[in-house]
Amino acid sequence: MSTAAPPQVGQSATRKSQRKRGGPTQTTDRTKAERKLALMLCAPAVIAMLLVTVYPILYAIVLSLQTVDLRFPEESGFVGLDNYGAVLSSPLWWQDLFNTTLVTVVSVAIELILGMALALVMHRALFARGLIRTSVLIPYGIVTVVAAFAWFFAFDPSSGFVNNLPFVADDKAWFGNRQDAFTVIILTEVWKTTPFMALLLLAGLATIDNGLYEAAKVDGASAWQRFWRITLPLLKPALLVALLFRTLDAFRVFDSIFIMTRGSQDTESVSILGYNQLISRLNLGLGSAVSVLIFILVLLIAFVFVRVLGTAVPSQGAKK
Amino acid sequence: MLITAASIALAFAVAACGSDETATRGPVTLNWFIFNEPSGGPTKIAERCSKQSNGAYKINFEYLPAQADQQREQLVRRLGAEDQSLDLLGLDVVWTGEFANAGWLEEVPADTERAVTANVFKSVLETASFEDQLYTVPIWSNTQLLWYRKDRVPTPPKTWDEMIDMGEKIGPAEGRIQVQGNRYEGLVVLTNQLIESAGTSILAGPKEVQLEEEPTKKALQVMGRLSDSAVAAPNITTSTEDTARLGFEAGDSTFQINYPFVYPSAKENAPDVFKQMGVAQFPAVDAGNPSRPPIGGINIGVSSFSKHKEQAFAAIECLVKPDNQLEVATLGGLPPVREDLYDQPEIDKVYPGFADQVRQAINNAAPRPSQSPAYQDLSLAIQRAVHPTTKIDPRNAQSTYDTLRDNVEKAVKREGLL
Repeated sequence: MSTAAPPQVGQSATRKSQRKRGGPTQTTDRTKAERKLALMLCAPAVIAMLLVTVYPILYAIVLSLQTVDLRFPEESGFVGLDNYGAVLSSPLWWQDLFNTTLVTVVSVAIELILGMALALVMHRALFARGLIRTSVLIPYGIVTVVAAFAWFFAFDPSSGFVNNLPFVADDKAWFGNRQDAFTVIILTEVWKTTPFMALLLLAGLATIDNGLYEAAKVDGASAWQRFWRITLPLLKPALLVALLFRTLDAFRVFDSIFIMTRGSQDTESVSILGYNQLISRLNLGLGSAVSVLIFILVLLIAFVFVRVLGTAVPSQGAKK
Repeated sequence: MLITAASIALAFAVAACGSDETATRGPVTLNWFIFNEPSGGPTKIAERCSKQSNGAYKINFEYLPAQADQQREQLVRRLGAEDQSLDLLGLDVVWTGEFANAGWLEEVPADTERAVTANVFKSVLETASFEDQLYTVPIWSNTQLLWYRKDRVPTPPKTWDEMIDMGEKIGPAEGRIQVQGNRYEGLVVLTNQLIESAGTSILAGPKEVQLEEEPTKKALQVMGRLSDSAVAAPNITTSTEDTARLGFEAGDSTFQINYPFVYPSAKENAPDVFKQMGVAQFPAVDAGNPSRPPIGGINIGVSSFSKHKEQAFAAIECLVKPDNQLEVATLGGLPPVREDLYDQPEIDKVYPGFADQVRQAINNAAPRPSQSPAYQDLSLAIQRAVHPTTKIDPRNAQSTYDTLRDNVEKAVKREGLL
């Protein structure tokens, strides 16, 4: 989404300026031809994307309006919005939505702070920059399921080392109550994806002109003022993009919860709820309704970020 | 140039000829989707049967993951898409109703049925059937026993209350009781066996809830008392077969409810514990009630989408022959499904001194309510109602009972989210 946006904006801007200048028709023809070529070059990718994304989404919407249960092939038919009614009237959905929101908000907040700190350190690193950047990326390069297992085994009372650490009870059952289970799940998420946040912020930091800091120093601004008045405002576009990506990602949290608690101790997320309906119960109608609702929520999050907070297009942010 | 073209054409012609020939004359390949049983017993008997078929079929293994729900997930995905490459299916005992109702299983033909059901435990055959029709063929069974420390208790307890009393007398340092209380299928097993032992059942029919109030509450209160007790394992709300085994092998537990795999495991991992390891029947809810142990194991089904059903049933008839069941028992410690085999000396070597205990447990076993094709809904509903067992009031389980009944009724009707 965001990768496609900037060239479009650039194009429309150049077109506008051309119109203002009232340039010769020759240029317009050439632009037209270029646009046509661009469309043709894009077409295969767009068509492939439509096939693999739009078709399943439409199919899920169609399924969500029907009674479809693989175990009861004889019972099927159109039921309108009944499945949505069943999902939205279930306390389980709201509980899981709350759990998901909790994991999302807490883990993204921690990631933002840690990621910012890491980005600043990496930006200022005087030596071994490549090595530092690569090593910070390692957690992000590990498959989520593997990372989840590593954390699970570390905190497991029978095999883990955590209970042998000082100040931790030897027989503490980390996955035996909600608060501790959420703590471990959120820690896993934070450990895994802070590097992603840090890298996006680092890219943002690199675009800030060093001259601004020098000028501020000459004017006698403190380090805190420089961060607050220069770094943060200029970092806002990159920051919002990083937050958008991470929020969308965190909202679909599945792997770590599935590995660690399977949703027990009231740690279930909406994705696990969808999995239970689709894969365990084979109730495709109900499960698709859950999936479509998750999709709508993800769209909503993206909308809020793009429209309300003005994310996604860095040039727009800069114009403001 | 011309020569190469000609030779390519010739090669194609020869290849086409070859494949035609194998299709009509060579052995048919039967794909058996089953988890990779670590002892290699199934592999060995499959090779034997392929050889004995005189070129009629050759069994090829397609391994599924080790965990039951992941096995089911893969099978369901393929069968849902009508994949024709599946011939033989290694199915957990609770999947029969679901797979049969979905139209994924071929009915077992009458002559095969006669050949494969002789002397098979009644409880085991119940798990292989759906609506009075045999859909799968049992190949091996499984059941839970009570494992205890002979040095700490002279006679094993007959009931849960007795066991908890004995444990509490010994104290939490050595008297712990290991069960399966995590929110997963193992908890459904525990719940079902206690309810059955209390004298009622979860379902009265595929769509009819039983759960008589007084016995069900009694069963739930036993779970509540155990979880509340100082001798419950500290990780009871996340315990599984494996944490129970490890807990017992660590030495601070006196009792463990588990499958026979813990016996060879203790022998290898904890020889001191092993020396004191005694075995008894799954405890009853109280003295007046029978013990109702659980039943597990694998039934083999033939996929409705298989192109070689005749050969597949022939292969099944061979795989479950008495000699082959003994082979699987000897290699992997998996209990045979034929009762007459428990008189064989080989079985006494597999279960030294407790072959009769295994036989008795399977004879008394009460299957889970898998006669309902919506068993997965029931399983999720039961797990949600009783987990964590620490919240069940040991004196009055009314509220847990109400939730359980409500959940099970919804699950049978397949209403709402689970």
